[in-house]
Amino acid sequence: MEFQVPAINLALLSPVLIVMVTGALIMLLEFFIPETRKGWYTWLSLVGIVLAFAQTATMWGSEAGTFTPVGGQPMVLLDNYATFLNLIFLITGALTILLAISYLRRTGLDRAEFYMLLLFSLSGMMLMGMANDLILVFLALEILSIPLYIMAGLAWPRGESEESAMKYFLLGAFSSGIFVFGIALTYGATGSTALPQVLTGIANGGALGLAGAAFLLVGLGFKVAAAPFHMWTPDVYEGAPTIVTAFMSVGAKVGGFAAMLRIFLAALPEIGDTWVTAVAVLSALTLIIGNVVAITQSNIKRMLAYSSIAHAGYIMIAVAASANSERGLSAALFYMFAYLFTTLGAFAIVMAREHQLGEGLQLNDYKGLARRHPLLALVMAYFMLSLTGVPPTGGFSGKFYLFRAAIEASSAGPDLLWLVLIGVVTSVISGYYYLRLVYLMYMTDGDGTLVEERHPAVVTAVAVTVAFTLLLGFMPGTWFDVTRQAVLWGGRLLAGG
Amino acid sequence: MLTILTFFPVVGALIILALKLFKKETDLLIKQLAVGFSVATFLLSLLVLAQFDMAVSGLQMVNRAAWIPSWGISYLMGVDGLSILMVLLTTFISMLAIASSWTAITTQVKSYYVFMLLLEAGMLGVFLAQDLFLFYIFWEFTLIPMYFLIGIWGGKNRIYASIKFFLYTMAGSLLMLLAILYMGITNGTFALPDLIAGREAFAAAQNWLFIGFAIAFAIKVPLFPFHSWLPDAHTEAPTAGSIILAGVLLKMGTYGFMRFNLPLFPEASYQFAPTIAVLAIIGIIYGAIVSFAQKDVKKLVAYSSISHLGFVMLGIFALNEAGLQGAILQGVNHGLSTGALFFLVGVIYEQRHTRMMADFGGLWKVMPVFAVTSLIVTLSSMGLPGLNGFVGEFTILLGSMGSTALGTRPWIYTAFATTGVILAAVYLLWMYQNVFMGPLDKEENKKLRDMNGGELAIMLSFLLFIFWIGIAPSAYFLLMDSTVAKLVAHVMAAATVAMP
Repeated sequence: MEFQVPAINLALLSPVLIVMVTGALIMLLEFFIPETRKGWYTWLSLVGIVLAFAQTATMWGSEAGTFTPVGGQPMVLLDNYATFLNLIFLITGALTILLAISYLRRTGLDRAEFYMLLLFSLSGMMLMGMANDLILVFLALEILSIPLYIMAGLAWPRGESEESAMKYFLLGAFSSGIFVFGIALTYGATGSTALPQVLTGIANGGALGLAGAAFLLVGLGFKVAAAPFHMWTPDVYEGAPTIVTAFMSVGAKVGGFAAMLRIFLAALPEIGDTWVTAVAVLSALTLIIGNVVAITQSNIKRMLAYSSIAHAGYIMIAVAASANSERGLSAALFYMFAYLFTTLGAFAIVMAREHQLGEGLQLNDYKGLARRHPLLALVMAYFMLSLTGVPPTGGFSGKFYLFRAAIEASSAGPDLLWLVLIGVVTSVISGYYYLRLVYLMYMTDGDGTLVEERHPAVVTAVAVTVAFTLLLGFMPGTWFDVTRQAVLWGGRLLAGG
Repeated sequence: MLTILTFFPVVGALIILALKLFKKETDLLIKQLAVGFSVATFLLSLLVLAQFDMAVSGLQMVNRAAWIPSWGISYLMGVDGLSILMVLLTTFISMLAIASSWTAITTQVKSYYVFMLLLEAGMLGVFLAQDLFLFYIFWEFTLIPMYFLIGIWGGKNRIYASIKFFLYTMAGSLLMLLAILYMGITNGTFALPDLIAGREAFAAAQNWLFIGFAIAFAIKVPLFPFHSWLPDAHTEAPTAGSIILAGVLLKMGTYGFMRFNLPLFPEASYQFAPTIAVLAIIGIIYGAIVSFAQKDVKKLVAYSSISHLGFVMLGIFALNEAGLQGAILQGVNHGLSTGALFFLVGVIYEQRHTRMMADFGGLWKVMPVFAVTSLIVTLSSMGLPGLNGFVGEFTILLGSMGSTALGTRPWIYTAFATTGVILAAVYLLWMYQNVFMGPLDKEENKKLRDMNGGELAIMLSFLLFIFWIGIAPSAYFLLMDSTVAKLVAHVMAAATVAMP
């Protein structure tokens, strides 16, 4: 059989390519840039991200596919959904780099690899949202994950960091295996890995198709840290350098959801009710485990790890709602957008408090922070309120939107009101541990010193996160509309490719 | 106008925060600014009163602007007979509470006054917002400053009290949020007037929606059995915090019932009226009995709030004009009397650092002015004719007596509620006797100074209204007359259609 080259339009991939090339460039330049000029990596990667961002922004509104095999469906899709997610990822990348500059220097991790790996991982995340074929989803997943495994171990020879990397790698590889198995089963049931063809075949796929879908869900469940596949999260988050934790708590999670939502909506609506029930049950479990276990944590990074598990649960409410409500998908996007700023902001404060790797990370280290660093404490308190979901914060708007989507979806499909009630109850529970930090900062006396964290890059990054959390709290309307355009434009995603 | 009023305290808070930039930050200046802004806000609210037209039953001075148009969420502020007194109460009580903190607060002075001003803005927003989304944001926002006020400047057990206060209220509010969302989905709008007009769309689910709102408000009021946060929060809060909690925050709950539950779910309100009235009466009697058992004066006043708020709830769910008018007025009365009582407790606590009745006795001899004003306030809280409490309680009892919503024998409710008045006399006089009468046998108490000029000025402000409402309440009733009449007609019309 003669091999026919599929139609390729590299322009669609240009943002991903820019990020990848920048990463490769850094790898090469490492040999030429002297030790004393490490700042160049930072600027180079920032330039790359800004270029990619500008390029992505011009693509808003376009809808096209590429890598189309003859007679087949495009493997890469660029629609507003992918574009919006790319913007989320690029913002995450840029903020991470801004926060990284002084952190890496302080902790002695300032190496070119960090930037290089971050950019490669970023390109994988971007592909997650664009993939229209299970094989490409898998590729993207690996491009996303492998750099993160290494980044988690960047602080070697510190034991916790190595443990973190090892644990993340083993469980990550395991979950990848499950995901591949899911692809194989799906292929067996439908005869294709292209999402649009899976869509048409899955109804006749019987038990094989259901099993395939289940394995896909489990594989991605690991990535987004949904219970009961969350076991790795606290250890990995705690052990990894905090900047890496911040990056993966947003990037890897959003990446996992990007693929989960696309697969679900583009390929599996035929078994929608089963799928919704499965996601809803996982979501409930995630909400309860994440929020309840977070109460007992005394290490801030572990607490934020459980909090990130809990937030995966909230996003999954929106995922479950997306089957039967147009708003479900945009609620998920909006929530992730708000989550990005709040979480990165909170991690920025954690980094400001951290003296050396692993020191100053106990909740008790935050005692009396408000007296000595009122602004820092104020910002942290605001992020905690946003994570709790108290208005006027981005976190509140996000919850408001996804509860609305879930209530709407209940009238058209499986009942999700019970899930919403669990979401409400766990929000109250979450108030307990988020506010405990506030109480330690404001209502107790403590000593302890703080690294002077006045680097202009950090200040900029924190200012951006605060500004957006405020903006999404007070003026969410514009972004409600943007996320809606991101999923409804041309109807491609919801129409199933 | 209403927008300016609501956000005026925020301006004050921002200016206080900005002082640091100009290197002018001193505690004295901060206090002066905070008091200045709270007085100015009170004057602004008087201006609103001057423009208020008593004959109009609907919303007045409406500000409306699109906020999140694709969701039907708007920035909608307005005032009517239900809220005008609450607005005045808020600015008045906040002003006195801020002024009363002059000497009591010595740590983190800046944050304290910033939180106080933000709290005032939040409360004004709650009473003025006429869009459910906007209302919810203000409603939740008031939690944050109050949480800090209790948690930072409170008593020994403040951490527990503040977190309990926060979580209790948040749990209730989230249920309300779901109810709000439901109506937003069925009607495509969050504006209260539009929702009332289009309530057919969610009429089928109105029992559940009623419960969602009712739990949020019942926790705030607090209605028995949702009251357990209140004694902790009231007791541990700093004096000014207690004054605001009792004076205004609790009224947000009763106001919510009148503003949202009655007009949005009239049939459900009618149906649930007996249940809520029974809970209210349990609250009246339970609160009174528990008050009697207290050894701590502040705790006693806190429990008495549960009892007094029971009257207000009974008045609301009598669902007639007398009941509702009495309820609104009694809300104001309770704010004045209990606010004043907390203030008095604060005055004595500042000197003696104890609030136990056993530590006092015979104070009349060393602090005559303090004792006289305390006597008046105590009597007002008891409902002595000629003072404000009597007018409110009497109107409520009158309303419950003639209520058609409470079944065929409404007088049973009245009879039980009346025992609450008697019990109030028992525990309040018991307290008064223990603190002020008897021999002056404690060495520490002999050196107590009487009230100073500032304290007396605050006290006289309270007393002015206590007497005014007690002697000539008609001006106050006139303010709410037309709105209440329309609301009652609306509820009863819907209820009689549903249940012929």
